[in-house]
Amino acid sequence: MIQERYINAPVIAGFLLLAIWAHLADEPFTITLATRAVLLALAAVGLNIALGIGGLVSLGHAVFFGLGGYAMGILAYHAQSFSPLELGSLTIVGTKSMPIIWLTAILVSALTALLIGLISLRTTGVYFIMITLAFGQMFFFFSISWSTYGGEDGLSIWVRNDFPGLNTLVPIQFFGICFLSLCLALILHSRLRASPFGLALNAARQVPQRVETVGLNPMRLKLLAFVISGAVTGLAGALFADLNRFVSPTMFSWQLSGELIVLIIIGGVGRLMGPVIGAALFVTLEHVLGDMTDFWHVWLGVILLLIVLFARGGVIGLLTGKAGPHV
Amino acid sequence: MSAILIIEQILNGLQFGIMLFLMAAGLTLIFGVMGLINLAHGSLYMIGAFAAAATAGATGSFLLALVAALAAAAIVGAIVEIVVIRRLYCAAHLDQVLATFALILIFSEGTRWIFGSFPLFLDVPSYLSGPVSLPGGIQYSLYRLALIVIGLLVALGLWWLTARTRLGIQIRAGENDREMIAALGVDISKLYTLVFALGAALAGLAGALVGAIQSVQVGMGEPVLILAFVVIVIGGIGSIKGAFIGSLLVGLTDTLGGIFLPELFKLYMEPGAASQTGSALASMAVYILMSIVLVWRPTGLFGARA
Repeated sequence: MIQERYINAPVIAGFLLLAIWAHLADEPFTITLATRAVLLALAAVGLNIALGIGGLVSLGHAVFFGLGGYAMGILAYHAQSFSPLELGSLTIVGTKSMPIIWLTAILVSALTALLIGLISLRTTGVYFIMITLAFGQMFFFFSISWSTYGGEDGLSIWVRNDFPGLNTLVPIQFFGICFLSLCLALILHSRLRASPFGLALNAARQVPQRVETVGLNPMRLKLLAFVISGAVTGLAGALFADLNRFVSPTMFSWQLSGELIVLIIIGGVGRLMGPVIGAALFVTLEHVLGDMTDFWHVWLGVILLLIVLFARGGVIGLLTGKAGPHV
Repeated sequence: MSAILIIEQILNGLQFGIMLFLMAAGLTLIFGVMGLINLAHGSLYMIGAFAAAATAGATGSFLLALVAALAAAAIVGAIVEIVVIRRLYCAAHLDQVLATFALILIFSEGTRWIFGSFPLFLDVPSYLSGPVSLPGGIQYSLYRLALIVIGLLVALGLWWLTARTRLGIQIRAGENDREMIAALGVDISKLYTLVFALGAALAGLAGALVGAIQSVQVGMGEPVLILAFVVIVIGGIGSIKGAFIGSLLVGLTDTLGGIFLPELFKLYMEPGAASQTGSALASMAVYILMSIVLVWRPTGLFGARA
């Protein structure tokens, strides 16, 4: 059996090598696929902070993904149409600058995660799952009925946003930005997990009563984890919308929330690289099975069922011979 | 805005709420007895609707279509319980979410495979179509009125089943202490299959009944499923009474909010902006209701346990 740390480096290197090979072989579509996988992985790394360490089964993380996407869409829309957004005395002119967009996406997602967390963390277990799902649906319907920003049709932007010093329309350069973000998020995850906060959170997942007796507040730990988790997923959403140059209510859909959990499970719950391996496999399956049949979701469903029933540790669990932490 | 319109909308809200109840009752029963969160409940709703539409298309009989919907959903429910769900009772909630999410993928795409992507249509039978005059000169759709009556009868039947029959005693005992009733000689796995099939049949019935006023298509189940979740979060998981009251609250809030909030905003804003803001807020009203109930009572109105 292989140790987990020997799996991590090859996975990351594999992504990088694939993108470099595709660049040299002039296969821009492969780079786009790899970027898609990297961004789905980034979103799931965000969720994995809440789910893997904190044990919070959030079935509404698409909220943050979508908020990130709309933060990008709305700011870029006002910049490209030269129509500032008037909010009372406040005037927002919009921007095409990626760093400002990311910061907005992170702040908005974190703030929303704080509000949703304050309400939904009052409950646990099945209630928490259903409530996060319901909040996801609330944002979905809101984005459909808010016609200023495209409503059901979504919002397109004409050119990708700018990053100082780079030409973001070149696939490999945009891939580089996304890949670096993923690496930073992974470092954040591993630092968090080893920090006193991460250890306390881990304990709060397993025995909240004990954490409380030593004087820590499990609710506050979980809330902080939820906020960080939402912020990372929000960043992924902003980049994902930039990749497609399009944002629509489907980024808020409950299917997306489900798929983010699926990515984590395929790779292995609570594993650092679980979401990355999951996203790589998911995008590959989507591409390969999608070419063979229009109904590839049936086979995805069957694979998922088999994983849940017979291989609970996911891919990393199979490789290392150990089931991951129990969530 | 006339009184007649308001009464009509209240009736529409009741009808929607009662159809939600058919979904929520099954979900809450399954959670209460087996401790299982079943995302695939919406698929059973869809299967009921497709079975009804296919049968009505072949035979032309609405009653046969309803029977087919009940039977198809119950049979699929029983098979799913025996093949998959049974292995999940002791599993973590995450595994339950994932396995039932996988079932949704299989059922939705499988149905698309068999029936294609185009919606099917199920006609309201001639003896239930057209309007009916209610006291006070209100004209209301006979079919929707029939849905309210059928739903109330089912609610009454469920109450009778759980409160007055031997099976109901076993179900309630199973909620409290499954080892004890197994020790008393009740075949617990048969009981679980039965409860799951019953919940599935209710979902299938709801799908078929609603299928006649909406189109029958893949993915019709999930929006209803999520609203049913909101219902049982409001009512308290495991409580059928909570599901009933929660359903009516959600049905009325959703229907009345969609009609009256835009009108309300028109009193203060110019019409275009008012209908925009109103309809956006209306789409959130149900979830705001849920948040308020949760802040007030984290385990729902009638929930005993978290």
